[in-house]
Amino acid sequence: MTNNELKDHITQGQPSAVFDETGEWLNVQVEAGEWKAFANWLRHDALQMDYLFCLTCIDWPQTKHLMMVYHFTSTTFRHNVVIKVKLDRNNAEIETVSDIWRTAEFHEREVYDLFGVRFLHHPDLRRLILTDDFEGHPLKKDFEDPVNMIKL
Amino acid sequence: MYRETQIIEADNKADGDDLVINVGPQHPATHGVLHLVIRLQGETIQKVEPHLGYIHRSIEKMCESLSYRQFIYVTSRMDYLSAHINNHACAMCVEKALQLEVPPRARVIRVLMDELTRIASHELWWGAMAMDLGAFTPFFYAFRERETINDIMEETCGARLTMNYMVPGGVMYDLHPNFQQRVKNFIQLFNNKIDEYDDLVTGNIIFQNRTKGVGVLTKEDAISFGCTGPVGRASGVSCDIRKLYPYEVYDKVSFDEIIEMGGDSFSRYLVRIKELRQSIRIIEQLIDNIPEGDIQAKTKAVLKLPKGEFYSRAETARGELGVYIVSEGGTTPYRIKFRSPGFSNLSALDHISRGSKIGDLMAIMGTLDLVIPDIDR
Repeated sequence: MTNNELKDHITQGQPSAVFDETGEWLNVQVEAGEWKAFANWLRHDALQMDYLFCLTCIDWPQTKHLMMVYHFTSTTFRHNVVIKVKLDRNNAEIETVSDIWRTAEFHEREVYDLFGVRFLHHPDLRRLILTDDFEGHPLKKDFEDPVNMIKL
Repeated sequence: MYRETQIIEADNKADGDDLVINVGPQHPATHGVLHLVIRLQGETIQKVEPHLGYIHRSIEKMCESLSYRQFIYVTSRMDYLSAHINNHACAMCVEKALQLEVPPRARVIRVLMDELTRIASHELWWGAMAMDLGAFTPFFYAFRERETINDIMEETCGARLTMNYMVPGGVMYDLHPNFQQRVKNFIQLFNNKIDEYDDLVTGNIIFQNRTKGVGVLTKEDAISFGCTGPVGRASGVSCDIRKLYPYEVYDKVSFDEIIEMGGDSFSRYLVRIKELRQSIRIIEQLIDNIPEGDIQAKTKAVLKLPKGEFYSRAETARGELGVYIVSEGGTTPYRIKFRSPGFSNLSALDHISRGSKIGDLMAIMGTLDLVIPDIDR
């Protein structure tokens, strides 16, 4: 499916979606509140995005937001799409998609651990890599650790 | 110390006849510092909960302060058995951003190195997996042949394990003059050895009984869990990046994507054994056809990536490795994410081992082929 066809489909499923075609794949930005319904639509409707191959987050302290980034492929149609959801940096909350794509359960725990994004209705939201009493979220840009971090 | 608290908590939660067992982090069968908290009812597994982070070095954070030439070296320490392929994926991502054209000679050298790495990795897996199931001899057999590859690597790359050979634009040095002859000798030797492996383990009835029908992962689950590599292909998912999104010269060589439909441990075993032969096939086609010419594209001393987002993927011995670079136009990446295959494959462990016997867990874990530094990063 070409980017224009993908755009047509996505506009039908999510009229408020914002597109960006500068990168390799079609980027679609949706609101955090609409994300869960849109995710369900992506997985089960026309696009059949069944393979979530990358889930991560980017910290943008200047504009005070965290950007969730989801990379999808459809194993049936072989088209790719990147979904981005903007979150408030000080109160980052988003609905989990671990019930739709099971790989998200671990990936979301990792993002919670390293960025502090809370995934609502996640079955088991605990730190995955760091210890339970670790303070802070190391992949945030303003994280400081005077003991263990070596500045180059 | 903090981990111990968690173990006690888990113990308290166990009620009735449930028994909680900790496997790892220092357990020989986890092949690295992986900690599994297993809840048992009798001998049947109720739940497996992986605890990660014992070898977490925050490679993604480190990369944010390293230049585009430097960060590639760190990635050899992720999946150390696929060091070349990790480097390759990172180099490809930088090349994609800079729109660099890699010289034909470097392309072929890269594929040769990738496939030798894949053979070495699968051999280590084969030996270690058989050892987990109680067969000791395969370990020595596998390491005997793997040593030959290590020698080849040492001659050209200067290292035996964490090799750093691929740089943005090509490879670091030209091949050692002995390379072609040594690889040819290795192929000749190895072709007979795979038959020996089959005799020793594949056809072994005890081994088959322990792996057939154990840890079944369906096709739908494999896609949902994001399982790639031999794990995904053993469940019937066509997920070989070399075929789906060919890079370098993979579209010019002929090889088969191995797909098994069983989804059990034995299918995962078969995929890897058959992949050994395919890797040999690729090397045979390329070893006499290495084009002459440059080994590196001309690049500036300091690389600056344009503003934007770049994603590249490569097929490591364990599955799909994704490198996601977000650049703000500077000399260091703003954010790097490594989508490691082992991380997604591990997430399926709980699902596929529920209801199995505790003894089968080693057959399941062995055939998932986990490399812990790749998962923790």
